[in-house]
Amino acid sequence: MATTVHEPPKHDLERLPSQGSGNGGWRNLVPADGDLPRVKDHAPPPASTGIWVGLAAITMTFAAFTSALVVRQGAAPDWQHITLPSILYFNTLLIIASSVTLEISRRRVAAFMGGIKDRAANPARWLYITLALGVLFVAGQTFAWVQLKSQGFGLATNVSYSFFYVLTVAHALHLLGGLGGLVRVIAKLHNSVLRRSTLDATSRYWHFMGVLWVYLLFLLWMKL
Amino acid sequence: MHDMSAHAVPHGAPTSFIRKHVFSLDHKVIGKQYYALALLAALIGMALSWIMRIHLGWGSFAIPGLHLLSSTGAPGNVLTPEYYLQLMTMHGTIMVFFVLTTAPFAAFGNFFLPIQTGAEDMPFPHFNMMSFWVTFVGFWVLIASFFVADGPTLGGWTQYAPLSAIGSVGGPGQGLGVVLWATSIAIFCVGQLFGSLNFITTTLDMRCKGMSLMRLPLTAWGWFITSVMGLTAFAVLMPACILLILDHVAGTSFFVASNLVINDQVLPHSGGSTLLWQHLFWFFGHPEVYIAIVPGMGIVSHVLITNMRKPMLSHRVLIYSMAALAVLSYMVYGHHMFVSGMNPISSLVFSFPTLVITIPSTIVVLMWLGSLYGSKLRINSASLFALGFVSMFISGGVSGFFLAQPSIDIMLHATYFVVGHFHLVMGVAAMFGIFAGTYFWFPKMTGRMMNETLGKAHFILSFIGAYCIFMPFHYLGIAGNVRRYQAFTDDYLIPLIPVHKFITVAALVTGFAQLIFVYNLIHSRFKGAIASDNPWQGTSLEWSTATPPPHNNFGDKMPVVYHDPYQYSVEGASADFIMQTSPEKINSPNEEK
Ligand code: HEM
Ligand SMILES: [Cu+2]
Repeated sequence: MATTVHEPPKHDLERLPSQGSGNGGWRNLVPADGDLPRVKDHAPPPASTGIWVGLAAITMTFAAFTSALVVRQGAAPDWQHITLPSILYFNTLLIIASSVTLEISRRRVAAFMGGIKDRAANPARWLYITLALGVLFVAGQTFAWVQLKSQGFGLATNVSYSFFYVLTVAHALHLLGGLGGLVRVIAKLHNSVLRRSTLDATSRYWHFMGVLWVYLLFLLWMKL
Repeated sequence: MHDMSAHAVPHGAPTSFIRKHVFSLDHKVIGKQYYALALLAALIGMALSWIMRIHLGWGSFAIPGLHLLSSTGAPGNVLTPEYYLQLMTMHGTIMVFFVLTTAPFAAFGNFFLPIQTGAEDMPFPHFNMMSFWVTFVGFWVLIASFFVADGPTLGGWTQYAPLSAIGSVGGPGQGLGVVLWATSIAIFCVGQLFGSLNFITTTLDMRCKGMSLMRLPLTAWGWFITSVMGLTAFAVLMPACILLILDHVAGTSFFVASNLVINDQVLPHSGGSTLLWQHLFWFFGHPEVYIAIVPGMGIVSHVLITNMRKPMLSHRVLIYSMAALAVLSYMVYGHHMFVSGMNPISSLVFSFPTLVITIPSTIVVLMWLGSLYGSKLRINSASLFALGFVSMFISGGVSGFFLAQPSIDIMLHATYFVVGHFHLVMGVAAMFGIFAGTYFWFPKMTGRMMNETLGKAHFILSFIGAYCIFMPFHYLGIAGNVRRYQAFTDDYLIPLIPVHKFITVAALVTGFAQLIFVYNLIHSRFKGAIASDNPWQGTSLEWSTATPPPHNNFGDKMPVVYHDPYQYSVEGASADFIMQTSPEKINSPNEEK
């Protein structure tokens, strides 16, 4: 069922089981006497489950980095405290703003898909703004790395710096994935093949990157 | 708002050779690719074990052609001590990651999970394809370390720091070899994360009509539980490997302490924590051993039920026990670190869940034994290997009770006792699970039957052989024989050498018995008898589709499920088994809703 933004789908309650997998899902049990009830609820589209699974894996990865940081800090007397480059706080504002703009665009796209035309003018515009804010964030992070490096603080200067670079770079790499996702959403929107679940999954990922960054900033600020 | 996308778009059948057999999106092809990779890896791993065993039994014996592998590592065709350790590390790494994880989980799971859930494919076929190819690259990165200057790493599959992190002063393979090892494993983790993502969403979202969670076969449950473990465990090992790589290439000090002197050199690192690696590794490592075994538990249950013609005593208790193993497996990892210098209180804390985890293991075993008791088991290669699995799992598990207690483990740690323990409970048991699955599902995967006579011969030799190899390990361990030694020259070890010679002979014979299997596999693939759609009279969905299954698994009609997966010998039913897709009304006490 290729649903496009231009063509809202029919809510087909009469779907036959032969129409493909993915319509089973959580709750539609068939009683053992074989009496098939009407398919009342559709299963969540895999992308919306998949994104939570993916985020769980990313959470584990950063949890591992965090516990490594805690253990390593406790292990040795060589822990140096560092002052975080102040641009990080500015970057934080950028990424929070990008979440807001993404939410706006998500609503616009939803309105657009629902056919409410007047509230739906140019749904892509806010996506572009989100994208721009995301790119600025990465640029800002790069600035922070370059600045630290030029002050002579490299990856191996002290283990606090090692963790600083590892955590921020790992986050930025994941964020690049989110940027890729946004580009994909925009392209699909232009070709009128965007699905709601794709947009929702991408925005969940993006918001998660924001939350993760705030957490990391707090961790770095507290521990380093 | 409307729900805009009801389900993943199934991809059409591929037409080009590349799309069909190489970069395939079809979970069945990907499953076979994983199987082929695991087979290749297993053969390499086995060959390495032969070389090691010959060296341990007859240290000065020259193995013809060995210098071709490494002229410095095997001058005059005899292993140097370092090269012994390098081969041992590769053996362990290849077996644990590229055989025991890929075959039971990724290979069979890919092929059968979507079919057993009634799906056309996994929800994210591109991730699935990447999962295999990423793993493939990881494998060759690891193999590449055989061919770099001083060969592969010698640190053991656990790669304890600081040895793994200090670079080439640590010995041959400790520079580039470790970097390749850690890169390979990090890549492998990515591949398995993609796989787990697909497995979890397939199980939750792609089930066909009527397939409630409790109606999933035990195999599907095994893979689902394993994928949850995989998602969390590999997501921790990957960052650990990244930190290890950084200690090598960027001069960081995550794992190397200050002022460490190795081979008269003071290392430039400062303040690193050697225990940190062990924590990260075993947080992954213990779940990993269950990642290797839980799919086998599912396969073995499935095979036994089909051949007993009756369900397990309790479907649910088996599922809950496997889930309990998964949860507990995260709380016990410290039992690998009893003698690491960790706080003794922590040892106590980890010892308790380690003893608790024996409870679900025991329940699973009792379920098997209790269900087998009094049943008329059909004897064939698949059911024999399933029985073998149960036997190995018990024999290897019993030693776990001893190791779980810090006071006993202090003596047994790092001896052959541990080697015996994990080879039986994980290595051989999981291999037997793979064999059971192969003999059972080969007809569905290829459309041809395997040769039963060869299969039974393979079983008898493997079963006896495995006990001859791994039981004496326990004895050696109790006698104090330390592991990871390449020669036994101490006074107290010399009397044990005959035992080692016996083990070596047993290993060679058992190894050759595996060639029967390989022959059977290849011969049956082309010359075996044509298989019917349901040769074992099974009930789950893989048996209700064609052999081999069409591209979208079920042809033009998706299945609808009416029964729990194991309706065998139901009173008053029309046949001795009722397929999940049969709309026949039955009155069965163990019907899952
Ligand atoms: C009955 C439950 C089990 C208990 C209580 C148990 C306990 C232990 C303990 C305490 C150790 C550490 C020994 C040492 O290094 O000194 C150990 C090692 C090991 N166990 Fe188990 N185990 C159990 C089941 C299993 C299972 C089911 C598997 C695999 C499927 C497994 C695989 C391993 C491996 C691979 C090692 C050694 C790793 C190494 O050092 O290279 N164990 N076990
Ligand atoms: Cu363990």
